[in-house]
Amino acid sequence: MEKISLTGQIIQYLFTGVTVGSIYALVGLGFNIIYNVTEIINFAQGEFVMLGGLLMVFCSTTLHLALPVAFVLAVAMVTLVGALMERLTINPLKNATVLTLIIVTIAVSILLKGIAMFVWGKDPYVLPPFSGNKPIFLMGAAVQTQTLWVLGLTLAVVVLMTFFFKKTRYGKAMLACADNSEAARLVGIKVKTMVLISFALSAAIGAVAGAAVTPISLMEYDRGALLALKGFGAAVLGGLGSFYGAVVAGLLLGVIESFCAGFVSSGYKDAVALLVLLLVLFLKPSGLFGNVEASKIKKF
Amino acid sequence: MQRQNRHILLGLILFLAAFPAVVLNVESISHYLDIMIFVGIYSLIAMGLSLLMGYAGQISLGHAAFFGIGAYSSGILNSSLSMSPWLAMAVGVLITATVAYVVGVPSLKLKGHYLAMATLGFGMIVSIFLNEEVELTGGPSGFSDISGLSIAGLSLDSELRYYILVWSIVLVILVFSLNIIDSRIGRALRSLHDSEVAADAMGIETARYKVAIFVLSAVYASIAGSLYTHYMGFLSPSSFDLFFSIKLVMMVVVGGMHSIWGALLGTWLLTFLGNEWLHVFQDFDILVYGAILLAIVMFLPEGLVGILGKVRSLLRLKKEART
Repeated sequence: MEKISLTGQIIQYLFTGVTVGSIYALVGLGFNIIYNVTEIINFAQGEFVMLGGLLMVFCSTTLHLALPVAFVLAVAMVTLVGALMERLTINPLKNATVLTLIIVTIAVSILLKGIAMFVWGKDPYVLPPFSGNKPIFLMGAAVQTQTLWVLGLTLAVVVLMTFFFKKTRYGKAMLACADNSEAARLVGIKVKTMVLISFALSAAIGAVAGAAVTPISLMEYDRGALLALKGFGAAVLGGLGSFYGAVVAGLLLGVIESFCAGFVSSGYKDAVALLVLLLVLFLKPSGLFGNVEASKIKKF
Repeated sequence: MQRQNRHILLGLILFLAAFPAVVLNVESISHYLDIMIFVGIYSLIAMGLSLLMGYAGQISLGHAAFFGIGAYSSGILNSSLSMSPWLAMAVGVLITATVAYVVGVPSLKLKGHYLAMATLGFGMIVSIFLNEEVELTGGPSGFSDISGLSIAGLSLDSELRYYILVWSIVLVILVFSLNIIDSRIGRALRSLHDSEVAADAMGIETARYKVAIFVLSAVYASIAGSLYTHYMGFLSPSSFDLFFSIKLVMMVVVGGMHSIWGALLGTWLLTFLGNEWLHVFQDFDILVYGAILLAIVMFLPEGLVGILGKVRSLLRLKKEART
């Protein structure tokens, strides 16, 4: 076998890093949407990704639906799960403390994980890549086409979200809630509806991430927690609440992790991302792009 | 100590004394003694976590890590360096306290979600470390040949002896914790729970108290880890993972976050559930755990001891109505 050149290796790692980084970015975006509207960190965010992946497998491999149909259906189902979660667990809580909110979302995450294990068992599931197995060769590195799908979908989500928050009424109303929910209520915005939408939307984004990444990394019931933690890492590194920050930080985190796995130790690649998370939390909790002043006003 | 606490304590001691006598005489539940040892071990961690969460209002999703550090320090020092188990336990406590201090000082500057995530991340890093450092910890397949404990030449090799040891330690730490709650420190902690700003304004050094209670709860977990190691005789990293951290939080929340008795009750319930009553569900016990936790936070925010409190105040109302 021909030895892969160092540049080839670097490009390979870079692509791997950007791919997993996109997933972290999407999870981070999911955190930010809910956080911006409610100041809640949803510990079940990773479970949305896991469900997205497993439902995608179910729709396309078990039900034999066409890829686009399966994708839309999987995302729609997870969106519903997100909305149900908000209606059944977040909405009924009144004057909940942060501790309660944390525990409630943890409980939901355990429940979703348990349901997934009940339905799919413990084994990881495979999903064929969206457009065939044939890799593209780029400067001595083999790049899977699925990587391009992940990148494309991430880009699409970011563009759509930017459009949603800047141009649509609902998006603007949600931003108003983020700014000051009391004032938003006074001008006639239904804050409760906005909270519902934020959960549905972040579930949808998580599902997109899960469906897109499953052909590359497989998917099983207990993947959620680590994905959530790294997605949270992306959100914090980018400055909690900042969409643009989450994307940049997610990609950065993915690349750091991939280079560590390639050049240092693959066993510790998960620890590296977590270490970065801890360092950011300890040294600069406002993140790279976060607004220090704004983060001081936030309640939690 | 308050009179009410003294009464409950007395009741607990009587129960603990009677428990082996009853259980060992009934064949079908004689293994309950073994489960009760685990209840004792986990109670130690839960009590520490109760001080941290219920009284100081700080969450930790990484307490399995301190349990693991205590367990592995004990195990490694005893098995690889043939250190005596008790000394190994003491060194384990020192190591855990140091780690908890180093992690606690920066972590406890964080609030709410940030603190939860930081402790979660820390717990996962320790779990990865236990899995990866194969030469030191034996990696995923674990580690055996750890000797049992003995006191003054008396080997604690029977379940009954270990039960007595574990629960004696639990009682000592329980009394210690109840005294902390009733002391100046306890009042400071409670004020911190209600409003950190107000506590600060009154001159309470909130940061110092928070770190101190964090280290203390880590030390409880470390002692529990050592007791676990010497009882089990072997270790594997899966006993110290994220799900165990969450189960510990569950024990405290299910029993009742604002009462140390709640921590004991929750531990007792969840340990028996996990080891005995949920066996019919096999692997799907996680589903039941999620449902229980959700139901408790949603409908019984005061936990199980909250029900008792409600019943009591109801009875008192009736009594007053009659007179």
